[in-house]
Amino acid sequence: MEAYFDNAATTRVAPEVAEVIMQTMIKDYGNPSSLHIKGMEADAYVKHAAEVLAKELKADEKELVFTSGGTESNNLAVIGAALANQRNGKKIVTSAIEHASVSAAADYLSELGFQVVTIGADKQGHVDLDTLKQAVDTDTILVSVMYVNNELGSVQPVAEIAKLIKEQNPKTLFHVDAVQAFGKYRIYPKRTGIDLMSISAHKIHGPKGVGALFVRDRVKIKPLFYGGGQQTGIRSGTENVPGIAGLSVAAKLACSDMEEKMAYVAHLKEQLIRGLTAFENVESHSGEAPHIASITFHGVRSEVMLHALEERGIYVSAGSACSSHKKAVSSVLKAIGLTGDSLESTLRFSFSYDNTEEQVQYAVDTIGELLPTLRKYVRK
Amino acid sequence: MEYKAFMIKYAEIGTKGKNRYLFEDILCKNINRKIKKLGDFRVRKEQGRIFIDAQSDYDYEDVISALQKIFGIVGICPVMVTETTDFESMRHDVISYVKQAYDRHTFTFKVDTRRNDKTFPMTSMEVNAELGHDLLVAFPELSVDVHQPQEIIHVEIRRQLYIYSIIIPGPGGLPVGTNGKGMALLSGGIDSPVAAYMIAKRGVEMEAVYFHAPPFTSERAKKKVIDLAGLVADYTGTIRLHVVNFSDIQMAIYDNCPHEELTIIMKRFMIRIAEELAKKNDCQCTVTGESIGQVSSQTVFSLCVINDVSTLPVFRPCIGLDKQEIVDIAEKIGTYETSILPYEDCCTTFVAKHPVTRPALSAIEKSEAKLQGTIEELLQKALESVETILCRSRE
Repeated sequence: MEAYFDNAATTRVAPEVAEVIMQTMIKDYGNPSSLHIKGMEADAYVKHAAEVLAKELKADEKELVFTSGGTESNNLAVIGAALANQRNGKKIVTSAIEHASVSAAADYLSELGFQVVTIGADKQGHVDLDTLKQAVDTDTILVSVMYVNNELGSVQPVAEIAKLIKEQNPKTLFHVDAVQAFGKYRIYPKRTGIDLMSISAHKIHGPKGVGALFVRDRVKIKPLFYGGGQQTGIRSGTENVPGIAGLSVAAKLACSDMEEKMAYVAHLKEQLIRGLTAFENVESHSGEAPHIASITFHGVRSEVMLHALEERGIYVSAGSACSSHKKAVSSVLKAIGLTGDSLESTLRFSFSYDNTEEQVQYAVDTIGELLPTLRKYVRK
Repeated sequence: MEYKAFMIKYAEIGTKGKNRYLFEDILCKNINRKIKKLGDFRVRKEQGRIFIDAQSDYDYEDVISALQKIFGIVGICPVMVTETTDFESMRHDVISYVKQAYDRHTFTFKVDTRRNDKTFPMTSMEVNAELGHDLLVAFPELSVDVHQPQEIIHVEIRRQLYIYSIIIPGPGGLPVGTNGKGMALLSGGIDSPVAAYMIAKRGVEMEAVYFHAPPFTSERAKKKVIDLAGLVADYTGTIRLHVVNFSDIQMAIYDNCPHEELTIIMKRFMIRIAEELAKKNDCQCTVTGESIGQVSSQTVFSLCVINDVSTLPVFRPCIGLDKQEIVDIAEKIGTYETSILPYEDCCTTFVAKHPVTRPALSAIEKSEAKLQGTIEELLQKALESVETILCRSRE
């Protein structure tokens, strides 16, 4: 049996998504900027995609910028907002559990002379709101906090955060990395008080290399790319029409019957956690998100378990990748206070609605068989 | 300038007496194999030299780079070839050659002429003198030095005229295939590809063995070794890589032997398996990247205990090199970047925190005796399930 439980890394492209991509590649292949009919046809896909996303986010089409994916959206939001608003202040606030595309962008800003404040998280992976509130002052131009953490599945109360930011400083912009949340939750950024929000196609059965950034009306950001002035100059470069068309179909798919699908996914996740934590010395650090489970198998290095599962057709992620030369310990797991053995023994299982109960049971049974053997072979 | 031919210089081959023609034939074959994808070339031996004649357009940089990876080649001389047969045109050709081949015309030189066409009306000495004079007139800042010239302008009068003077260094060594075959133990680290390269450089054909231990080592680690073998294959030609599943043997050792001896005992089994594969595949030796003192299993004491199981010679060309010296070679041959990819192995499970550095052979043999009764079957299974992968040069 094959069981792909790495849907937070990427998902399989849905057939109807692949179909529209094919269509825009071999039939409607024009450049949206061309004046002729071929260009108009291609432009229609981009416009339609903006409409679809605008509808799902209850936003305006003009508030959407298409990018090359989550990383670009996060970079464009964080760097673009900081550079465009530096006259109002030099302080950026972010959390210790952000995706690298936010934290590394913040590091870059600190090199440029911005003051970056990183807010810690508790054991459950929730950002400390008191500290966050204190950090927001008249000099703070941007707060960036993710919606669903990619390693733990912990969910931040973004509406509450938006409120407390605006209470402290109405001018402070709020960016939300919703890459792991879009398609899992109904998110209406304008109503929630979010100014900038990143989404990615390949986490919702869309193609890799395309995403979007919601930029609330009248919010100024500086572009990362300069060129032909496409997308009102915020993102120059010929639009990735196949990707954008694919994103649009994937978004529609993810948002239809979302509640039912997520209830099912949450059920699979519970089944897995219940099954696995029944074994000795297995611990769950999973957050509230329906699709992500973070499990520590004490006494087994995560990579060894990962490869043992891989041999049996089960695909998962290791929070920390290690080798004999270099140890890359997950900063998220560290931030929530995991230490020693737990840091090196934690795996992430992430689900999609195309997973089945049988697959989950297969994974639980397989791990049950593997644990005693793998625990025997440890470094002494 | 567009060079129509290359003259290949080789050194040591020339000293091999009656076997010389064998060495030359193999070198020609290796050259042919390597450059045939780059254009239409004719490779021929002639009076102790090898000429490559280009019979189609080709990319100069690509051809030089390919030739620089063929062991046995000491120097590569790009040759200007013209249809000239009369002396007046010859003067013109030589001046035109020197003008194009050099940016600065301030060196000392001599002209060295050979006449294959003995009907040519002038002697070699006369031609040398005349052409030398012409060059001095054409380039007033040149000067002649017949004893220690900076540049020797070679002129060969054949049915066509050959002019060359620039020597691009080759890799040296002996042609691969002139000196038997070796089984290299590739780990995915920095040292073992360098060791395989160094032994191949002495003319030894290479096969390789990799010990795969899933789930303790990953598919990516295996892919990395396949990639490394492909990079070494740029020099050695296609390498047959034998992938041995080592997990069961490793686990049996772990279950039965003292933990601090694991690495030594593991390596003894690796040598045993590598030897079996070597014999099966007509290899006369095994090759490892070991270097004295680099890790606990490479102390002289450990090496002796590991070596004790071998019946074939184990060649360890890195033995006296410092890590940096090995790294320098790895960088030169292009394996370093791949070797340092982070998934070297997840085998750390099987490395003790305090491994023995002065193992006694008797103690190790006593520990190994505990494996009797189980290990034989595991060894046989490992040998029967070997996966052989052809790792080709991607150039």
